Parts: sequence; C-alpha cells; structure tokens
Amino acid sequence: MTLREDLTAIKDQGLSDISLTNDLKKLNEIRVNLLGKKGPITSALRGIRDLPVEQRPEVGSYANEIRDALSTAIENKKQVLEDAALNEQLANEKIDVTLPADHTLQGQPHVIQQIIDQVVDLFLGMGYQILNGPEIEEDHYNFEMMNLPKDHPARDMQDTFYLSDDILMRTQTSPMQARTLETHNFEEGPLKMISPGVVYRRDTDDPTHSHQFHQIEGLVIDKNITMTDLKGTLLTMTHEIFGDKFDIRLRPSYFPFTEPSVEVDVTCFNCMGKGCDVCKHTGWIEVLGAGMVHPNVLNMAGVDPEVYGGFAFGIGPDRFAMLKYGVSDIRDFYLDDIRFLNQFSKRG
Amino acid sequence: MKVSYNWIKQYLDLEVPADELAEKIERTAVEVDSVKFPAEGMKKVVVGEVVAMEDHPDSDHLHICQVEIGEDEPTQIVCGAPNVHVGAKVITALSGSRIGNNVKIKKSKMRGIPSNGMLCSLDEMGLDKDLVPDEWADGIYLFPEDTQVGQPVFPYLGMDDAIIDLDVTPNRGDMLSILGTVHELAAIYDLTPKISKVELIENATTPTNKQINVLADSDLASTFSARVINNVKVTSSPAWLQKILWKSGIKPINTVVDATNYIMLKYGQPINAFDMDRMNGQNMSVRYATKDEKILLENEAEIELTNDDIVIADEVPMALAGVMNGKVVSVDNDTSNIVLGAGVFDPIKVRKSAQRHGLHTESSQRFERGIDISSVNTALDEVASLIVELSDGEVAKGIIEATKLDKPENKINITVQRINHVLGTDLSQTEITSIFNRLGFKVVENESDMTVIVPLRRWDIFVAADLLEEVARIYGYDNLATTLPVGKQTIGSLSSAQRIIRSSRNILEGLGLTQAISYALTTEEKAQMFLMRPSELTRLIWPMTSDREALRMNLISGLLDDIAYNNAHKVQNVALYEQGRVFYKDTKDQVKPTEVEHIAGVISGEILTSNWDESAVAADFYQLKGIVGRYLNNLSINGEIKYVATDELKEMHPGRTAKILIHDHEVGFIGQIHPKIAKQFKIKPTYAFELNLQALIDLPKADNQYAPISKYPSIKRDIAIVVDDSVTNQQIIDIITKRGGKLLSNIELFDVYNGENVDDGKKSLAYSLTYVNHNDTLKDEDVTNAFDKIKKYLIEELNAEIR
Repeated sequence: MTLREDLTAIKDQGLSDISLTNDLKKLNEIRVNLLGKKGPITSALRGIRDLPVEQRPEVGSYANEIRDALSTAIENKKQVLEDAALNEQLANEKIDVTLPADHTLQGQPHVIQQIIDQVVDLFLGMGYQILNGPEIEEDHYNFEMMNLPKDHPARDMQDTFYLSDDILMRTQTSPMQARTLETHNFEEGPLKMISPGVVYRRDTDDPTHSHQFHQIEGLVIDKNITMTDLKGTLLTMTHEIFGDKFDIRLRPSYFPFTEPSVEVDVTCFNCMGKGCDVCKHTGWIEVLGAGMVHPNVLNMAGVDPEVYGGFAFGIGPDRFAMLKYGVSDIRDFYLDDIRFLNQFSKRG
Repeated sequence: MKVSYNWIKQYLDLEVPADELAEKIERTAVEVDSVKFPAEGMKKVVVGEVVAMEDHPDSDHLHICQVEIGEDEPTQIVCGAPNVHVGAKVITALSGSRIGNNVKIKKSKMRGIPSNGMLCSLDEMGLDKDLVPDEWADGIYLFPEDTQVGQPVFPYLGMDDAIIDLDVTPNRGDMLSILGTVHELAAIYDLTPKISKVELIENATTPTNKQINVLADSDLASTFSARVINNVKVTSSPAWLQKILWKSGIKPINTVVDATNYIMLKYGQPINAFDMDRMNGQNMSVRYATKDEKILLENEAEIELTNDDIVIADEVPMALAGVMNGKVVSVDNDTSNIVLGAGVFDPIKVRKSAQRHGLHTESSQRFERGIDISSVNTALDEVASLIVELSDGEVAKGIIEATKLDKPENKINITVQRINHVLGTDLSQTEITSIFNRLGFKVVENESDMTVIVPLRRWDIFVAADLLEEVARIYGYDNLATTLPVGKQTIGSLSSAQRIIRSSRNILEGLGLTQAISYALTTEEKAQMFLMRPSELTRLIWPMTSDREALRMNLISGLLDDIAYNNAHKVQNVALYEQGRVFYKDTKDQVKPTEVEHIAGVISGEILTSNWDESAVAADFYQLKGIVGRYLNNLSINGEIKYVATDELKEMHPGRTAKILIHDHEVGFIGQIHPKIAKQFKIKPTYAFELNLQALIDLPKADNQYAPISKYPSIKRDIAIVVDDSVTNQQIIDIITKRGGKLLSNIELFDVYNGENVDDGKKSLAYSLTYVNHNDTLKDEDVTNAFDKIKKYLIEELNAEIR
C-alpha cells in the first residue's frame, strides 16, 4: 500500500468511527487517537521523509486535508452530542410553574397612613408645607385662639380629655392654624400648609366614634384667596383621593373659626349619586368641614384681616378610609388585626 | 327641631314637595336630619262611629261593636278598649288596612266572634307613646263629635303632613322656631311671609301691677316681662293644638301648658306659667338660687340648687329659670289664676344649669342658643290671647317689664368689592341688595360702601364676615366657580425629620413589618412598661374608662395588645411596627408632658410559614436584630451601632435583651418579651424593639455613602478560633477591627459551633476577613502579616485557640 492509500484508509475508518459514536467521551478518545501525536496521521506523516522529494508536497497536503476533514467531523459531531445532552437536561429541569410561591414577608402602611400620605403628596405638589403639631395642647390654642372662648356652646360639640384646667389632648388639628399664623412671615409669601395628626375626643368608642382618630388641617392665607379657591382645592383633593367621577357640594354649616363655614359632601360611594340607603337617598355623603378663616382668628394671631384672608379645611382620614373601602366600624382601624391590615396592600 | 310643613304653610305660599324643600334647606341653611310623612305606608283607616255595642259573651273586657263606616251596613269589630261606647267616633282600621309600624289588619275571630278590623289607639297609629296625651293613654282615640264618618283618619290626626327635622347649628338659634324657619324659607324662595299680630283684650277687673310685683336681676335676665290672667278654666286642649304639639314632639298636657309650648315653638320664646293661687305671696323675682335651696321640678325630681343657678322665685324657687318649672306652682285643671313670665335669661348660665342638673330641655336649648329679644312681649301677648281663647278667663291690664334691654339693630358696613373679593364672585350692588332684602335686611347704599341693617331676630349676624356667609348661601354654593389659589410661588417639601419618619416606615415595611396604629391612651400599668428613661406618668383628670386613663410612655405595650388581639383570633404570626409619640414628664409637677417620636416593632410566631418548598422560619432575636440592623444601616447614621446585653428592663428577658447604642448614645433596645409579661398579655413568645426615633432624626448622618470600588482584586482569609463561652462576638470583632490594619475591609462571621471537638465551656467561631488595597495590587505577605497580627492579639487578649 502506498502512503496515500494508508491515509485514505485512516480517513475512512476515522469518519466511520466518528459517525458511529454517541458519547462525548468516546468522541474525545477518537480525537486523541486519530489526531494526537501518537496517532496514525502523525506516524503516516513521518513516512513522508522516505518519499522522493517531488512527491512529498502532494502527499503532505493530502495528509493535512484528511486531518482537517476528521477534525471538522469531530467538531460537528461534538456539537450534535452537546445539543442533545443540553436538550435532555432542559427536559429534565421542567418545573410546575403553577406551584404557589409567596414565601416572603411583606409589610404595608396602615390604611389611614395611606390616605394621609396621598393627601400629603398632593398638597406638597401644590406648594404646601407639611407641619406636625403637638398632640398635647393648651386650651389657649385648641379653643380660645380658634374663636372658642370658655363657655362657648360649640365647646360642647367636642368633649375633651383634660390633663389640667389648661392642658388637654387636642380635639382637632385646628390649633395648628393659630400656631402657624402667629409665626408665619407674610413678607416671604403666602401661608399654605397642611397638618396631619392624631386627635382625641372624650367619646365612647362605637362603630362611628373613636376616642382617638386622625385629622388633616389645611390652611391657605394670602392677600387674594377666595371661596372659589377653597372649592377648587377641595375638588382637586376629592379627585385625587376618590377619583375623577366624584363631585363635591358645599352646604352651610357652623364652625366658630370660619365664616362662611361649609360642610362638604362627596358623591355617594355606594350609589354614585343615584340615592341609596347609605346616603339617605340624597346621593351625597358628608366628608369634611371647611370655610373662610374667621377675622377673629386672624386678629388674635396678629394677622390683619383687612389685608390677609383665606380658607381652612379639616379632613378626617379615618372617615375617608371608611368611605373609600366600605369599612363600617371605625374601631377596626385600631385593633391592628393582621387579617384587616393586610387587605390594604393593593396600592397601584 | 321638628317642623310641620303644614304649619309653615300657614305663613308662606309654598307648594314645593317636602323632600325638595328639605334638600333646599340643607343646601342653603341648616342640615336636615330626616323628612317623615306620618301617614306613609298606612291605608284603609277611616273615621267610624260605634252605633251599637254589646259585651263579648266569653270575655270580661271585650266588646262587640257595630261600627258605621259610611257604607250601607255597619261593620262588626271586637274591641277591648275601656273607653269605647256607643256614639264614639273612632279610628277604624278596616280589614286589609295597614296601620303604624307596618302592622297589617285582617278579618279574624276574637274568642269565636268575627271581627272585621280594629279600633285603634294613637300609639297604634305610630305616635310615640311618650307623646300620647294622658286622656288617650289607656284606650282608643275618640274624635270630636262633628268629625265626618267614613273619611280617612289621617287629616284628623294631623298625619297628612311632612315633618322636617332640622339639625340646627349653634349659631342658628333663630331657626329653633316656626317663625324663624318661615323667615329663612321666605329668603330662600324670595317670598313674603304672612305674619300677623294678635289684638289682646285686657278685661280683668284688677290691673296686673295690683296683683303681683316682679323684680329681676338684669345680669340674669336682660329682659323679663309678666302678665296675669284671671278666672281661667283649664281643660285638655282641642284637637288642632294637640296635633300640632305631638307632631312637634311635645306631649299635650292642658290648655295653658299647651298654649305656652305652642308659643315656644312658634316664636322660639319659652314661657313660664304659674298657678298664682299656689304662690307664696305676690312677689315674684328672677335671682340667683342659694346653696341651701331645693326645688321639686315638674318631672317629679327634686334637685339641690347652687349659687350659680337662676331661679324664678316667690319666697322659694318656683322654677329653674330657662330650664324647667317647679311642680308646686304648675298649672293643672284646678288652676284659675295664672302668672305668665317671658324673658331672656343669660345663655351661659342656663347652659351650665342644664349641664349641672342633666336637664337638657326644649326651653334650655333655646335660651342657650339665643332668643329674639324683639318678640318677647309679642309672644307673651299672644300666649295670653291664646289661653283666653282656649280656657276663657280675663287678661289683667298692663304688662310688667321687670327688666328690658333696648338693643338697637346691628348696622354693618361692607363693600361690593369685599364680598366679591372673598367669595370669588362677580356680584353687582343690585344682586347683593336683593339678597339682603330677601333676608329681611335693610340696605343703605353710601358713597363708598353700604350699610346693612340686620333685624334683631338674626342675632347671629354682627360682623362683615357674617354677611358674607348670608350672601354666599343665598346666592348658592353650587353657583360658585372652582379655582385654585394664585400668588407667589411656594415650595412644598418634607422637612428632614418628616423625610426620615417616612423612610423609616418604608424601610420597615420593606423588611416585612406592617404598620399598626394603636391607642396612645392606655392603663397606668401599660403606660409605664418598657421605659427607656425615667419619667412620671401623665394621667387624664377625668378619664372615661380605666382602660384609657394614662398616656403611653412606650409603643411596645400597644403592639403587645395588638398581638393579643390577633392571637385571640387564631392569628399566630404577627409582624408589626408602630411609629408615634410617647409622653414623658421629668417631674410630677410638670403638667404638659414632652412628646417624643418613637418607633417600635414586634415579631411573634413565624416570620415565614412553611410551604411545599421551604420550611418555616420562627421569629427569634436574630431575625428581629437583622431587621433593626438593616433599618439603622439604611438611615446612614454617622457612628458605630452597638448591641450591649442588658438585664435592666424588667419587662424583657434578662438574657435575651440588648441596649442599642449609636456612637455610644443609647437609642433603644431589642430583645425577647419576658415570659411573665407575655403570659400577662396572653401572647405567644414575642420579640420586640423600641427606638427613640427623635434621637435617630437628630443624630448626624453620613452624607457621603459612596466609596469607589477598588480596581485591584481582594484577598479573603478565614480564621476559626475557640474561646470561652463568655466571650462575645463583639469582643472578637472589636479586637479584629482594632488590630486588623488598614487593608482589612470586611469581617464576616460564618460559623458558630460548640458541639463535638470543642471542649465544654468553649465555643468555636469562624470569620472570613476580606483585605483590599485601593491603590496597588495586594501582596500576599502584607495580608499574611496583618492576619498574623490579629491572631496574636486574639490569643493574647482572649486566650483564643486558633484552629
């Protein structure tokens, strides 16, 4: 046999072995056996030295050709085998994606906090300051500066927890009106603030009363603030908290610290204004009190009511949450039942 | 105030449906509690006449009545009322009828005798039992003889009416009267009320001032007038008066008392009527009571008076002025001469008397909210006239005015510009004048402004702002535009404290704790638990219950209450936090406590529950420490955070509690709730932390949180050491940190072991140390040197065995 014939035989045998193997390890052995230093091609090439010089290039290039052919065949086969192995692995790794997977702890803000944050964020965007006042107040700020002198009948509307004759648990966030009016420098611009916080009333707890609840006071004082501004501001807030489909209406009411005073109703949540038992067939639900700040309040705080004026409002986040989510018992907010709190986790 | 629509219609030509009227009132004046139609839902109830009656053979009280109902034949009805008799005109509920409280009446047999309906009492027709006149209390109601048989009963009982219940705000005392409401509705609908004054005939033989002397203290009663009527014959009132009273929620008594109540409802002016013959002498005075005086009131209650009560007295108190009459001098069917008194008592004193004695009456309510001083004598004259009309008698000549306040009408100046400036409207002088005129206010237009003259019946109007409200509500709030304030730009941003509080909440929620809000008022015992600093307790001076009598000085006890509630409802896994204030007092004398922001958290049960995939993770100290550690780290406070074991907090587990120190400032604690306390709260084992949030806010923050990441690779070395059990991780960390050299960038504990191969009383800890050089490639020998130095000091200082 000529060297060329030997090489042809090695090639045929090699290609046959490659195509028959189904194992990466064996394929590697074939590669080492065929193409390694001790392999038949290498040893065949050593025989080139015995050939006449003119034949050497032709046989040499034939040997290289065979080595490349075998090498390519091995690579191709390797790719096929690897793909098959990966596919098998992937098939074995298949899982049931419908198995439950909620093995993480999640906390959420209290539903009342959510309402407060929503209101706070809205008013921050409209350039309001957020102020937090003391929960223990002086009679002076809680009542007198709010145009509620001692013996005023409207004091009966707010039963009070007293710590002494003059110190009390604030019954409203309104004292923050007086406190900010006293300190605000109007030369620096208008006073625009909201003040969220806890308030206390000497009430017996029942489904609609709680001795502790929340309020958000709002106050805007400048030279050109009108009652239409109040109406617009409250409508904006209603849209923010409840949605654009909700409308408001103002009704006359009485608060000693505002004049005119209004009660603000929002479209009934239950019937969307058609009239139902919830809204006593009026289509409206009372949600907050507001008004134009009484000149006495401005005067007492050292602000000239001839020059400055504006509006104030008081929101009850507890009531908002009750209406928004249909919670029928205010006490549920303060029991901190995990099954209750965790329902308010959808905050999209 | 229950307002009868039919009564209103006597003075106003109003034809709008009652519901519509109520809504208009609500939008323009005061809130409406309810609108009730007394006959709503009732049917087939007619006036019947008992034409024949015989006793029921099988009953000692039932009667078999033949009742004429305007049909061909009388119908047979069995009735047990004691006052039924032949000739009586009765409320006849026919078969198939519906009466009060939605009761249906059907044909039936009563002890074998067929009965085709029912003869009804007033309360069976839906009238509150407390309002039924005594004469009809024990039987059926009998109509006046001239009542027409066969007609529906409703008009005869005043039930063809609408009762509008007004929730009058404290400023609108004027609407606690029919005439006040009429004036208000006249303004709303732009109508003119028809109100006429009575002509009083004074024909008694002896003039008033010869029969009585009246004195009044003007501080107590700014106005007080009296009249005398002789020779009255007191009976029960006619149906028209009884109906109007019971519709208004007042029980009819007799002609004189009913007349005073009628006038009170009409004018808002309470009237006192006394039996003159039962008075001690002829002198009547309005004065302060004295401490030793008592009075037996009309409601049979005897009360002890105080120096601050106002009384109308002869020699002894006859009435608690403004609140309730006395029993002794009250008018009954034996009365023949009466004294009437009408006045304006001091609102604050009346309010306090009513509060003191727990007597909130129709009368006190009106004095508290104000009286129309201009109509005191008008009301007194009209009540006298009405009594004569109902009970005969002669009015004595002359009115005695013991005190009289001549109050001028309020004049308030205001401009068109001011009104539009505040309301945001664009109203003209003509429109504004028209609104004031509808209200009955006169307007005088001046050169630069206008003067508005307010009648005395609107005593709530006395400054310009009050006029603004009148314009706004009559113009209509619905007609106001919606705008937003314009003016100099202001910046809305959270303060740094508000930002930290908000991030604190967000971080803890991200770490799995849900926000709780519990009560700040608690028991004295709970208020004083878990104290982070010495403090006196703050108590309410007049608590409602012992559960809510003191201000909390910690948040944890509230959270434990929350866990108790959850545990009691079979919810075992609880992870909560609360952010809020605690209240400290440095001394007992300090009245106003200091408010400090705190934040606290609790975990109880399992932090993660087991499922098909993973096993449960129980709450423990280290779980909670991980939460607190991450939270504090997120706040980026400048300074080292340390946990120092403490057994000082008696409500905490003595071996599982640590004080938390930042930069050596104590900011709070963390640990397991003492099993005794857990038992007391009836809760499962619980871990808790409480931090002084105010301190966290105040501590300086590390502004620059960023360090560049080294371009050179780091080297890790692990070290395992065996030390005495008493040696803490902190001690080891302290040595490693102190002796670690500047290349040491991180220390991580990865194993704690004290089982096999470790001697008793010893434990093995393994740390992984990371070395980094930010400027050059780390040299192995540099790391080895630094590492060896640590080993040396651990051996030297802790007697550690390096493994």
